Amino acid sequence: MDTMLARDEDILKAAEDWRKAGRGVALATVVETWGSAPRPTGSNLVIDEEGNFLGSVSGGCVEGAVVTEAMDVIDSGKPRLLEFGVADETAWNVGLSCGGRIRVYVEKVD
Amino acid sequence: MQLAELQTVNAERAARRAVLVVTDIKGGAQRVVKAADVAADPLKEVLQKRLRLGKSGMEETPEGEVFVTVHVPSAKLVITGAVHISQALAPMAKMLGYDVAVVDPRTAFASPERFPDVKVIAEWPDVALPPLGVDRYTAFVALTHDPKIDDPALKHALERDCFYIGALGSRKTHAKRVDRLKQNGFDEAAIGRIHAPIGLDIDAVSPPEIAVAILGEITATLRRRDGA
Repeated sequence: MDTMLARDEDILKAAEDWRKAGRGVALATVVETWGSAPRPTGSNLVIDEEGNFLGSVSGGCVEGAVVTEAMDVIDSGKPRLLEFGVADETAWNVGLSCGGRIRVYVEKVD
Repeated sequence: MQLAELQTVNAERAARRAVLVVTDIKGGAQRVVKAADVAADPLKEVLQKRLRLGKSGMEETPEGEVFVTVHVPSAKLVITGAVHISQALAPMAKMLGYDVAVVDPRTAFASPERFPDVKVIAEWPDVALPPLGVDRYTAFVALTHDPKIDDPALKHALERDCFYIGALGSRKTHAKRVDRLKQNGFDEAAIGRIHAPIGLDIDAVSPPEIAVAILGEITATLRRRDGA
């Protein structure tokens, strides 16, 4: 599998394979977008307990934050709904420089 | 998501059947609905609409606010003609995520040396195409210029309702092709589905440029479809 250009089904297959291999796994899905969002609704990112990930929910802007949240979700087993808006560059917070807003649902695979 | 449900989703996709996941993003409740079971689902109207559009999204329903994920099978690209354009088109299409197969009975063209890492079938379309499972998630492109090879393949693509069908050749060549297809019983509407001359009009000259024009047209057809 080409990890640079993973297709949607490769990502879900990875989620299945990683879980079967005994790894803690979470699946993040873009559930809503407003304005200019880099990845469409339904886009997936799969994350394991060590922070390895495949896929994308943005153009690389918020994946880091989603991975961190996903590791908490793997621990707790409780799904989370995350929202990301425009980045405030002066505050160094995580956000989308494109000016859009997205909501990302993060759930554990168990 | 439960592993068993994820396995169902992956198995349906591997079998080239559409499948949906309905998630209550507030409560976490979730169910997998196979395309064949949509008609029996309480949210059947919503799910049918989503399936038709091939797009995931939030829905206000009697069950509350749910997120509907639509998984349609990955797109395939079947090409007749192991020609120069195909040598550019096949790897580009793979990069776009298509499962690619090239069919050409001429063994001098259909060689693994000319098409590394691509499924190349050195058979006539009547032998090569049926096992490929050509379906509505398949794009079909005829590039040989040879009616003996392209025509039977185009008929197969029309009968299997490919989401995109394109054929290389000038307007004059295509006019003759249209006549032959009419004689074979295809009506105007069916024949009108064939994109010819093939590809977006970008004044492409070289084989890789023509491949870009073809993939641009296939992408537009895939993404703009509404009700397809």
